[in-house]
Amino acid sequence: MNIPTTLKYTKSDEWLDPKTGKMGLTDYAQDQLSDIVFAEALVDVDDDIEIGDGISEVESVKASAEVYASASGTITAVNEDLGDTPEVINSDPYGAGWLVQVEISEESDELMDAAAYEKYCENRD
Amino acid sequence: MDTSTKLSTGLQLDSAPKIVEPTVYELSAPGRVGVGFPDPDVPLADLPDSLLRAELPLPELSEADVIRHFVKLSTFNYSVDSGFYPLGSCTMKYNPKVNEDMARLPGFANVHPLQPIETTQGALVLMYQLQEWLKEISGFDALTLQPAAGAHGEFTGTLIMRAYHEDRKDTKRVKMLVPDSSHGTNPATSAMVGLKVVQIPSDERGNVDLDALRAEADDTLAGMMLTNPNTLGLFDENVEEICQIVHDAGGLMYGDGANMNAMLGITKMADLGFDVMHYNLHKTFSTPHGGGGPGSGPVGVVAKLADFLPAPIVAVVDEGHEETFYVETGDEDDHHHHEDELPPLYGLVDPSKTIGRVKAFHGHFGILVRAFTYIAMHGADGLKDVSEYAVLNANYILAKLRDTYHVPYDRICMHEFVAEGRWKDAPDVHALDIAKRLMDYGFHPPTNYFPLIVHEALMIEPTETENKNTLDSFIDAMLKIAKEAHEEPELLHEAPQNTPFGRLDEVKAAKDLILCCWLPEDYDNQ
Repeated sequence: MNIPTTLKYTKSDEWLDPKTGKMGLTDYAQDQLSDIVFAEALVDVDDDIEIGDGISEVESVKASAEVYASASGTITAVNEDLGDTPEVINSDPYGAGWLVQVEISEESDELMDAAAYEKYCENRD
Repeated sequence: MDTSTKLSTGLQLDSAPKIVEPTVYELSAPGRVGVGFPDPDVPLADLPDSLLRAELPLPELSEADVIRHFVKLSTFNYSVDSGFYPLGSCTMKYNPKVNEDMARLPGFANVHPLQPIETTQGALVLMYQLQEWLKEISGFDALTLQPAAGAHGEFTGTLIMRAYHEDRKDTKRVKMLVPDSSHGTNPATSAMVGLKVVQIPSDERGNVDLDALRAEADDTLAGMMLTNPNTLGLFDENVEEICQIVHDAGGLMYGDGANMNAMLGITKMADLGFDVMHYNLHKTFSTPHGGGGPGSGPVGVVAKLADFLPAPIVAVVDEGHEETFYVETGDEDDHHHHEDELPPLYGLVDPSKTIGRVKAFHGHFGILVRAFTYIAMHGADGLKDVSEYAVLNANYILAKLRDTYHVPYDRICMHEFVAEGRWKDAPDVHALDIAKRLMDYGFHPPTNYFPLIVHEALMIEPTETENKNTLDSFIDAMLKIAKEAHEEPELLHEAPQNTPFGRLDEVKAAKDLILCCWLPEDYDNQ
């Protein structure tokens, strides 16, 4: 399982890049969901969001899942490419599969580093 | 090698179908008709050009062409009339054919809801009696038959909960709790009535986590939606305490009756503390399912919610008279006068604070006739047997499979259980592969990937209508598939092979929603 050390993670399997403010779903999450067939942002650029707000809706052949914000701030970008190619969340969850970008005002205090998230995933299996 | 086949419907298959049935459009031949009319003996009048559509693509076929086409297609289908259908949470029991006989009685089949009530007393009595029986089965004080399906019943029930709080001017109650094992329709219906949904985790025994529940039980609580037995097939061991916590916070308890097949004649939802509940007649009371539907989702409520039920409700509007009256026979020799009583008159009443109508007329009346028939045929003792055999059958399969398939919340189950379709030493095999391979053995697959709290979930519900031979054959197939998963996993990955069509491309089916032969833009060009 791929867990980059530069990112921070939530218990609900989102990642946050504290440098760029990008958010997305982890490799573990995309593997659990399997083939993703639909992704839609629930926010627009310039929206102010709070920690825990729903930012995206992702649907796979198995289930649908809401993705939650792990930081408060203002949305600066939404990944528009996912409308046509939601499958890149499967193939490149930390790269082309990013969901939204935020100008961070406050990070969730429940975020885990890569080592803690890896342990958290192992305990769930 | 590309073995894929492109059908004219745009459906892309991974493997070539073994039986190809053309569409009615491909079978069409110019001039072929179903019925030949005699030549008219009056002059023909042409329709105005403005009413004619030259491009309308209607197929031309004989009656035999049409019958053979659709009969052939029907043989590709798998139904509860053709085999075992252990689709968890759906209660795919065999539906007795006497239900169909009753629904086709001309007095029921040809009645119109706008007829004067004096001419539809039979239908109204049936609905009234069904209301009474369904109230009795779960211990509720009042009930509506209107909702058209389970989720529609949930929507109706949550509207009633909201109306109750609003009527009390208790408008800060905006929060609905749902367990993480809940049906997706629970949060969906809560959101539809404008409530904020908060998910409560399950504990290690598969019950609602009481500490997490207490933490959310405050004065913003509208209520909680709980399925019991839950979607793991487990009776929540703390159900009375859960209801108490929600009630103490001023909330209402919604019971999702999806799993009533385990409860008939054993316990009543109202006695456990539920305030409102929907039934699924198409699950528990043997009316047709899914494409063979429609469904029906009656909602029962406790007394304090009765005034909010949808309108109208069937009720006795005139108690009738005991007084004797005489009928003149017209026969002078017949001095024997007939005595009779005026029977009660059944009619329709609107609850005083009703949320309004949720369905045209009285819901799906034909389905109500079938459910009525099922209850009448079983009686109280028979319904209790239904639940006891449903629970016995599920526990029999669980006992035979638990050493081979991991069951994460393994205790005595109710009418269904959830196993994992995965093994550490067969890493490439998934629940989906097991489900597809079961089709090769002639069984409908169980529900898979639900509930979400079990990895690679296989949710197995045998129902009470299956005999031991069928259960043993299914167990046998499941054990063989587990062996194949370890020794010949390609058999699972390539399954199904013994069905009219091979494995369908689920990603394409979900992404490319082309459900007609012509796209609208092509249609205009024709």
